[in-house]
Order: sequence, then structure tokens, then C-alpha cells
Amino acid sequence: MTKLVEVSELVKRFGEQVAADEASLEVNEGEVVGLLGANGAGKTTLIRCLLGLLDFDSGRVLLLGESPNRNVLRRVGYVPQGLGLYSDLTVEENLDFRREIFGTRVEGVVDDRRVDELSHGLQRRAAFTAALAHRPQILILDEPTSGVGPWTRAELWDTIRAEVSNGAGALVTTHHLDEAEYCDRLVLMAAGRVVKSGSLSELISGETAVEVTTDRRDEAFAALTEAALLTVLSGSKLRVVSADLQQVTRILSAEGIAGHAAAVAASLDEVFIATSSR
Amino acid sequence: MTWSVEKLRVEIEGRLALCDVDLRLESGTVTAVVGGDGAGKTTLCRVLTGLLRPTSGSLSLPATIGYQPAGSGSWGDLTVRENLRFVGDAHRFSNAHFSERLGELMEATALGPAIDRLAMHLSGGMRQKLGVAMALLPRPELAVLDEPTTGVDPVSRIELWQLITRSVTSGTTIVLTTTYLDEAARAGTILALEAGSPLAYGTLTEIGRLLPGALWSTNTQPSEPHRWQRGGVWRVWSPDGHSPPHASRLEPDLNDVLTALSFSTNREGMKS
Repeated sequence: MTKLVEVSELVKRFGEQVAADEASLEVNEGEVVGLLGANGAGKTTLIRCLLGLLDFDSGRVLLLGESPNRNVLRRVGYVPQGLGLYSDLTVEENLDFRREIFGTRVEGVVDDRRVDELSHGLQRRAAFTAALAHRPQILILDEPTSGVGPWTRAELWDTIRAEVSNGAGALVTTHHLDEAEYCDRLVLMAAGRVVKSGSLSELISGETAVEVTTDRRDEAFAALTEAALLTVLSGSKLRVVSADLQQVTRILSAEGIAGHAAAVAASLDEVFIATSSR
Repeated sequence: MTWSVEKLRVEIEGRLALCDVDLRLESGTVTAVVGGDGAGKTTLCRVLTGLLRPTSGSLSLPATIGYQPAGSGSWGDLTVRENLRFVGDAHRFSNAHFSERLGELMEATALGPAIDRLAMHLSGGMRQKLGVAMALLPRPELAVLDEPTTGVDPVSRIELWQLITRSVTSGTTIVLTTTYLDEAARAGTILALEAGSPLAYGTLTEIGRLLPGALWSTNTQPSEPHRWQRGGVWRVWSPDGHSPPHASRLEPDLNDVLTALSFSTNREGMKS
């Protein structure tokens, strides 16, 4: 398997702030790696260092086996958070521009509407077309589906998976569980560090949350939050994040609240929160 | 109390924006409105908050309604405290009453350390929390939150849900919009909109029952017409319930059910 991206022990400081703290990750051919983290965890910093858009303090960054440079970037498809399209140009003019700067053949749907006349979902699709049209070997996508609806999101993911099954690789940042299941491997970042990595099932395996079923929901919520437990609604039930079953049972019985508490498999969000706060 | 919306229809400049929408909003519940771009989510929020008059239909809604418009709704050049103060003043809160409510909301949102920061200098997650806090400050009977968690990271998102749960358990009814199906599944009731019309409405269990036939998952690309992929695994919906080859029966989640329903309603342009 060819390594498309290799970041090892990357350190990037902004003054006192350590944005990347010995962060390491790899992306191989034929795989989608999801990079997850809260705002400010260092995801975008890592991507900007990887693309050579930002100098770093120490560590090693290889993109398609080379230090980031103008030539290697021709084989990279990048969709930044802000889409990277000129909103006062048409989609076609944006594609022409790419053709000029990359010196590559760019094929795609011709659309002579200005980017700012398109709906958010269509803008996202146009950004994908622009970033993928030169058949890059590695896709780097920073929150590629933010703000689009569920079906447009599924279509964009079909596009990513199709490129990857043709041998490309992808590094994708996301905030959402809905998207993590499309990734072959996930890397969790918190405060500049990689805190956990593995497949979705590896990350959530063995982790639990507590689900509470009771007719006295409102009182149960008050008692659990009073004990500083992170508690949220889940349909007609309550879910307590990163708590143990005995503690929840004890709190409920101390308040005389009848109900049923059970340890259930944690969601990725819940694992993420438990990991970031540990 | 139960509030309701019946046979709502909204036309904007001759274009149908919402059609046949019914809602029953019981006190102390969350209803999630889910859908893509142009599905009608924001239009529905605007009707519920009285900003847009429906073309037809009947509304029975409470007197006090809190609203968070999409994109936070706070004023960037006011501080956190000033934004909340503005809402308090609009609702004629006394100083003492406002201070008490401010204290509660600062505790619930963890925005205390940023109380004198301009809203424009807050992170995305903090700004959304401020927007939700502004909508909930007057303890409205109904709060309408338009995409409160869009662009918000998982830590802030769970804190927002704890804030929402806190308000629901003290009796507020909440309608919120989201583009995320795992999040919609947290709400007791879900309204899925597609091009202005309801695709499904009810609890998770009720919506599951709306789908005829059976759902299957398989690792090999099936030949059935109603197929799609999730994370490299194929899904098949067979309206008559028959099993495709090498497939196993699936316990569907909201995402699966809504995708299959969008096939069953047979609308153009949903899935390729």
C-alpha cells in the first residue's frame, strides 16, 4: 500500500498556543481517513501544514512522498471550508481558472451561472467538481458537507467513495457522526494532539453511555445534572454521557425516582466527549 | 398544553414553499424538522414565529415564542451580556429578574468567562449557545431554533442539547431544525420535509412503521432498483419484502427509513 500522506510528530505553535502537538497520521491508497475534533483542536492547522500553506516548527510532512511543493499540489484535490471558489465568477470560469493554474485537463459539468447565484448544496457540488476534475491522487476535504441536506451529503459521499475505489485516498475533517461511518479509519484530535484512532467500530467498542427510562423524566434530569453529569434527551428517554451505571442508579434511587437505567453502546459523539475530557 | 398547526400551505411569489404540514406540539417535547436545502425548514420557522403569514391553514400557538434565526441571531457588536440584556429589556425583565436568569443561563451554557466578550469574537459553538440562550431567556412556552447546531463541534453540540433538555424539562416546547439525522433522532418527534411537503412525521417508531416491505444490507452491489450505499455497505429496500441475494435483514435507523421513503414517494431528483 502506498502512503499518500505521512505526517509525523508535527508541531506548530502560534505564539504561546500549541496548535499541533506532536500530531501524526497517515493516509494510504484506497482509504478514507476522517479527522475529527472540536473547533480549535488543530484539524485545519494540520491540513494547512500538509498542503504547505503554513510553516511548522518541527516534525515531518510528506505529501505523495514529497515535501509539499507546487508540483505535487497538481495531484491534490483540496476543498477548503470556505469552498475555494470565486463567488463572482461562474462555475465554468472557476474551472477554467483551475485549468490554467494547474496546467491540467479539467472536465466537469458546464454551468454558466455565477457561484453566488447557486444554492448552498450546488455550491458544494461545484467545489467538488473543481477539486476533483483533474483526477487527483489524494483528496483533502475540510468539512466538505457542512450545511448541506442529508441527501446531498449522501451524494457527495458517493463521489468521494467512487474516487477512492479508483485508487485515490482521502483525508476528510468532519464534526458529525453521520459522516464518520463513511470513513475507513478515524483520527480524533484534541488540543493539538491525536488522542485516538481506529475504525469506527474499534473506537466505540466497549464504550458505554447510560440510558434512563422513567415516567419522571424532568426530576431525573434535574437530579443527574445536579450531580454534574452530562445528560441529554434521547427520544422519550434520557442519556447520560461518560457516567457509570452504578452512579446513575444511586442518584436516581437517592431521589426516590423509579425507572430503569441501562448501560448501552456509546455513540461516536459520546466516545469523543469522554476522550476529549479525560 | 398542546399547540398545533394544521394543513399549512405557504406560497412565496407564486412558488409553493410549504404544503400539507401538520404539527402537534405538546408541552415539554422536542420536535426536529429535518430536510435539505430548500426543503422548507426556515419557512416553517418563520411561520411559527409569526414572521411570515401562511397562504392557508390554521395555527394555534402560545403567546410567548422564543426564536433563534439561522446563524445565531446575536448582534456581533454587542457583548454576550448586552445581547442577553437586550432580550431581557424587550421582555420588560426587572434588574433582579434579569440577573437571576442571566446567572442560570451562564451556568447552563458555560459562557460565563466570555460574558463581556463581543459576540463577533466568540467561536462558532459559543455564538450558537448565545443564540439559543437568547431564545430561551424569557422562558417562552414555545422556542423555535433554526439550525442551532450547524457548524458546531461535538462538545458544544452535546452542551447545546443539555441546554435544550434543561429547558424542555421545565416545560418549554421546542421546535428545532437540523440537517443531521442522528441529531433528529434525539428529538421525540420528527418531521422530515422534502421540497416543502412532509416525507414523514411522527416518533422514530411511528416513522419506521410507515415503510412497507423490508430493508436489507449486503456487501455486493445489488441489482435491485432501490439501492444506496452507506460506508461501503449496500442497502436495499424491497417494497414487497423479498430478500436480495447474500443480504441480511437490517434494523433500520432514521437515515435508512427516510432514504427508503424518499424512493417510495418516487420523487424526481432524490437519488441517482
